Amino acid sequence: MLPDKRGYFGEYGGKFVPETLMSALSELETAYAEAMADDDFQKEFNHLCRDYIGRPTPLYCAQQLSDKIGGATILLKREDLAHTGAHKINNALGQGLLAKRMGKTRIIAETGAGQHGVAAATICAMLGLECIVYMGSEDMRRQSPNVNRIKLTGAEVRPVTSGSCTLKDAINEAIRDWVSNVQNTHYLLGSVVGPHPYPMIVRNFQAIIGQEAREQVLADYGRLPDYLVACVGGGSNSIGLFHPFYNDKNVKFIGVEAGGLGLETNKHSAALLTGKTGVLHGTKSYLMENEHGQIRETHSIAPGLDYPGVGPEHSYYKDSGRATYIAVTDVQALEGFKLLCDTEGIIPALEPAHAIYHVAKLAAGLPQEQLIIVNLSGRGDKDLEIVTRALGMEL
Amino acid sequence: MSQITSVFKPGYKVLIAYITVGYPDIKATLSIAAALAESGCDIIELGIPFSDPLADGVTIQKSSYQALQQGTTPQACLDTAAEISKKVSVPLVFMTYYNPVLNFGLELFCQSCITAGINGLIVPDLTPEEGAELEAITRKHDLDLVYFLAPTSTEERIAAVAERSRGFIYLVSLTGVTGTRDTLPLELEGFVKRVRQKSKQPLCVGFGVSTPEHAKRVAAIADGVIVGSRLIQLIEEDATLASLKSFVASMREALN
Repeated sequence: MLPDKRGYFGEYGGKFVPETLMSALSELETAYAEAMADDDFQKEFNHLCRDYIGRPTPLYCAQQLSDKIGGATILLKREDLAHTGAHKINNALGQGLLAKRMGKTRIIAETGAGQHGVAAATICAMLGLECIVYMGSEDMRRQSPNVNRIKLTGAEVRPVTSGSCTLKDAINEAIRDWVSNVQNTHYLLGSVVGPHPYPMIVRNFQAIIGQEAREQVLADYGRLPDYLVACVGGGSNSIGLFHPFYNDKNVKFIGVEAGGLGLETNKHSAALLTGKTGVLHGTKSYLMENEHGQIRETHSIAPGLDYPGVGPEHSYYKDSGRATYIAVTDVQALEGFKLLCDTEGIIPALEPAHAIYHVAKLAAGLPQEQLIIVNLSGRGDKDLEIVTRALGMEL
Repeated sequence: MSQITSVFKPGYKVLIAYITVGYPDIKATLSIAAALAESGCDIIELGIPFSDPLADGVTIQKSSYQALQQGTTPQACLDTAAEISKKVSVPLVFMTYYNPVLNFGLELFCQSCITAGINGLIVPDLTPEEGAELEAITRKHDLDLVYFLAPTSTEERIAAVAERSRGFIYLVSLTGVTGTRDTLPLELEGFVKRVRQKSKQPLCVGFGVSTPEHAKRVAAIADGVIVGSRLIQLIEEDATLASLKSFVASMREALN
């Protein structure tokens, strides 16, 4: 099972961090292994997954959407119904319990769309831990409802004004904080990026999505799905869905990256489709960089996908052909957003709206008996302002 | 013995100066380097700017950003180093993050370093765990690859770095990023002592070293001091470089 001992998925992964953090990463790896072997930890995690997060989340057959498209049957994994409204809470709960077990009293987190920030702040409130969330000033502007939610749960939001003022810069600042306060602080990283063991730990806490979906589809349909589809920014909701199906070779994985204004424009966030191997934020993976090795600025209408890198496991899936990656533009994502609102009365976040758009295309060309599971990774309340403006609606 | 190690002599304390290449511009970098050598620096650390310098505090973040805005590429830094090495005799090392080097191509980058008169590399996001490939290539080209140790380093890590760092060992004085500080941590002496017990290599202390008083305290326990952010501030404050020169001279004096 990957990653290997050095934290590599094939040639991707590793630990490219300042020396100051190396012992903290080892400490985290050891604490995680001990927690996994501890029945009490597992029991507490499972109990809070059920009673606090509200798991299992439903696997909902989107009949109206499927009928409208007239092709394959579309199933939605309803992570939007998890407490705080997105899949991010699964990992925040797991790492929060881990931090407490390690005796860390201070939690730092980065956030793009704000969903991880909300999840981290929420879990810290529940566990009685101090919480500081780094957020790009541009993201604070476009996801202001989430800024308020973070503050209401007692966390501090620190605006980041360097670079493009988005997720990448928030991670830089969180790492600088961690380097400075490593003794008492746990960095609650929100995606399957960063140095080993983060891509492994975050994946394993998010794998509950795929584990449930696998059981649910077998119970309801008596068979495995034909396709799994999910959006990919850093890649945690997609890996969480995909990973438990890894050995089911007939189940195809499709990851949907943010095509922004179009791949030909440079204003997008499609690291897997357009990037090359590089090192950012402690991990070796596909990366959007210029010809001099400087990280490029990215764009997406969905702040949670607006990131120049991607988790190393996705890079491995891409090279090995286990998953296929495609891009959906801002305009297409808005179409996906409207489609789900109209047909199912479900308002998706802009991130999974990318996946919805692609699923609609994919399903149209497939027979009805084919099953597609799409991860509806979050709800769209946070995006109402962006969407109403983009669609020229008056609220 | 490499160019870098030959600078370290018994009883002598080495002064290492960091500047960002291309800050405020390339032409200024040439005169700054000359001024540093004249005023008593023993090794000049030339920073190749990177878009995401996560081990750096605000001063070097700003200088890196401005240098990039000026169009300072790794190739421009190599060209600048070649110019500098013609004019000054002190050893030169490059400080940069791993991605620009990886993008350039490890082999080609090391070859180009030698041609440009660079004697060593310092890569703050590269630890021995990930350094094997660059280590092998730098060895082949007689470039020193300097590794870091931090107050949080375990005994095991100290032993590994002591064995594999070449040129000297870069001791991070504090748990934090680069930048000027009013005081150095109380634990500094204990940390340096801990490393000394496991290492025969020269030990240089950097991060936060901002005054002649700091330099004196470091000189009492280590073999060299590294100063960076304070120099960048002085370059910003006084473009004539007079403040920079007198500060470097005062640091040199504090070490003698």
